[in-house]
Amino acid sequence: MSTEEHALELIERVRSKPPRFEDAQITMAHGAGGKASRALVEGLLAPALGVQELDDAASVGDLALTTDSFVVQPIRFPGGSIGELAVNGTVNDLAVSGARPLALTLSLVLEEGLGSNELRAEVEAIAAAAAVAGVSVVAGDTKVVERGSCDAMYITTTGLGRFDPRANLSPRSLEPGDRILVSGSLGDHGTAVMLARGEFELAAPVESDTQSLWPAVDALLDAAGSSLRAMRDATRGGVATVLNELARTSSVAIVVREAQVPVRPAVVGACEILGIDPMYVANEGKLVAFVAPEAAAGALAALQRVPGCEAAAEIGEVKTDPPGMVLVETAFGGRRVMDMLVGDPLPRIC
Amino acid sequence: MKFVDEFRDAELGRVLAAEIVATVEPGRHYKLMEVCGGHTHTIYKYGVDDLLPENVELVHGPGCPVCVIPMGRVDDGIAVARHERVIFTCFGDMMRVPGGDGTLLEAKAAGADVRMVYSPLDALRLAKENPDREVVFFAVGFETTAPSTALTLRRAKAEGVRNFFVYCNHVTIVPPLRALLESPDLRLDGFIGPGHVSTVVGARPFEFIPSDYGKPVVISGFEPLDLLQSIYMLLRQLAEGRCRVENQYTRVVPYDGNPQALAVLSEVFELRPHFEWRGLGFISHSALKLSPTYEQFDAELRYAVPGVRVADPKACQCGEVLKGVIKPWECKVFGTACTPERPIGTCMVSSEGACAAYYNFGRFAREREVV
Repeated sequence: MSTEEHALELIERVRSKPPRFEDAQITMAHGAGGKASRALVEGLLAPALGVQELDDAASVGDLALTTDSFVVQPIRFPGGSIGELAVNGTVNDLAVSGARPLALTLSLVLEEGLGSNELRAEVEAIAAAAAVAGVSVVAGDTKVVERGSCDAMYITTTGLGRFDPRANLSPRSLEPGDRILVSGSLGDHGTAVMLARGEFELAAPVESDTQSLWPAVDALLDAAGSSLRAMRDATRGGVATVLNELARTSSVAIVVREAQVPVRPAVVGACEILGIDPMYVANEGKLVAFVAPEAAAGALAALQRVPGCEAAAEIGEVKTDPPGMVLVETAFGGRRVMDMLVGDPLPRIC
Repeated sequence: MKFVDEFRDAELGRVLAAEIVATVEPGRHYKLMEVCGGHTHTIYKYGVDDLLPENVELVHGPGCPVCVIPMGRVDDGIAVARHERVIFTCFGDMMRVPGGDGTLLEAKAAGADVRMVYSPLDALRLAKENPDREVVFFAVGFETTAPSTALTLRRAKAEGVRNFFVYCNHVTIVPPLRALLESPDLRLDGFIGPGHVSTVVGARPFEFIPSDYGKPVVISGFEPLDLLQSIYMLLRQLAEGRCRVENQYTRVVPYDGNPQALAVLSEVFELRPHFEWRGLGFISHSALKLSPTYEQFDAELRYAVPGVRVADPKACQCGEVLKGVIKPWECKVFGTACTPERPIGTCMVSSEGACAAYYNFGRFAREREVV
């Protein structure tokens, strides 16, 4: 073994240890969905609360339960708003767990001085998104804080769903040979919010992709059934973070073929200028699915027939070695590692 | 995408790679240094070295603006940022660079008003929008970014802005290269010259490398095909026994540089007698400060800062990495105690740093198979 390989093996040994939460204070990086977030959740929250499994939704009998908070700034952006996001984000955590969304609770934290029209617009957006996703809002709470104590409004939704009998999903179930599908073009939401902030003097016709993923999940379950191994919605940290989490949990290698990753030209352009990789940019209506090889073609075809998922694509494959690592075959013909996100290029994106 | 995809064409890459294989002597080992961190980033991001024969070795150089900032300068920046009236602005990478007393990101979480900007003009805009505050811009970078700081200062002066200050850490490219070439522990065959710096200074300032030290230089662009072509041009020079400065990046780099950019640099800045570089120590005439006509904007005159030299952590080998003496993975703390999420050295912070590029993209031995 070369000294380089020895050094790399040592690094992998360090990386495979459970993350520890050692920071003196919370920084924005803890909210970015990357390595610092992982240290916070797996190093502090999960052990303190005795949570064993970290998934998008928890199971309580045949029911699925999940919760999510939304602090996006600005609250309205091309293609959506915080209210729509608050419904779809929670619905999608249920959907990718293989659960049909049933009901939501809604908790609002409002800033003193928020315009009633702005609030009304968001409540209407919540109602409309819930109707589209087929869920009812069944309970809620409102709080108001002094001006400056929150930024316009924060929303927390808790979602209840019922696990679908067709689904047999587990993040530990990835097998070498499994194909990796994404349900459409990547990076739209993060790019749209970033441009909407107007900090970069860039303009591009990019809209958030916020949408309910249940129709996509329904189509995948119909087409692939138990050959569907696992799904994730690629929100904060993007597809790269999802792939790293699953590679680690299933102890497999993942290879992504960069040339096959669907990204809109406007998103490619904006990310190119800002030096951001679209694979790390948040989506709010895109899932990553891992499918057994024999079912992959059918699953992809079914996905592409779902409205909003026309650009779905197969982007890579599960391998055996090196376990826990995600590698990219670059369009240029080289190879690189794709790691979890470090730092925080785009805060408060959802 | 236009102006991007044509420089990332895999087919042309394979053609160039074959030409490179045909040019190298099989028994000879070639050591080429890419001076600029932007090149290091491209090499790892696109896997450019995967297309090179095994006897062509790329060595990473000192041209990463974030990497060369010593810890004491970060501490001084944090001290300025803690002033109550100050809005402290910097590029994103600088927020995570550790000083002797934490990072700017930590100072921000503890209450300092630290904001990320993409351009010094954004900092100037903040100053105009916040007349009751004092906005300080943490300027870093080689001659590449110095003109944008200079133009911003010229505008601030013309508009009479009184609450805008620059904490100047701009450095120049030639002195560290000379220091590197004088160093006995490095044997190089040629240099991939820094393309962005050369858009400002031109190719001419690098002529001392072939004339005084007998090494060829090819100024290179930043797309993967640019790098392959530059490597090919260097190898051709070596094969034909030629030794001169060549310009691969002709679509952007004029041989004599950009006269307007050079003029604004000499108007706004002057050379410091000496400046400390991370891991490289003090190098004479290697950095810029604001000239007397612009000293009203000089943050170092406006605020009291500790100004203390902070020694690099003992375990940190950034200096050797910046000089190309060791590979990132040869550093004692690489990837174990020093990682992108908890960096000890600057090379692990910036995406242009050799250690971060290797850790994030290249952490996989070239010969290893994926099965």
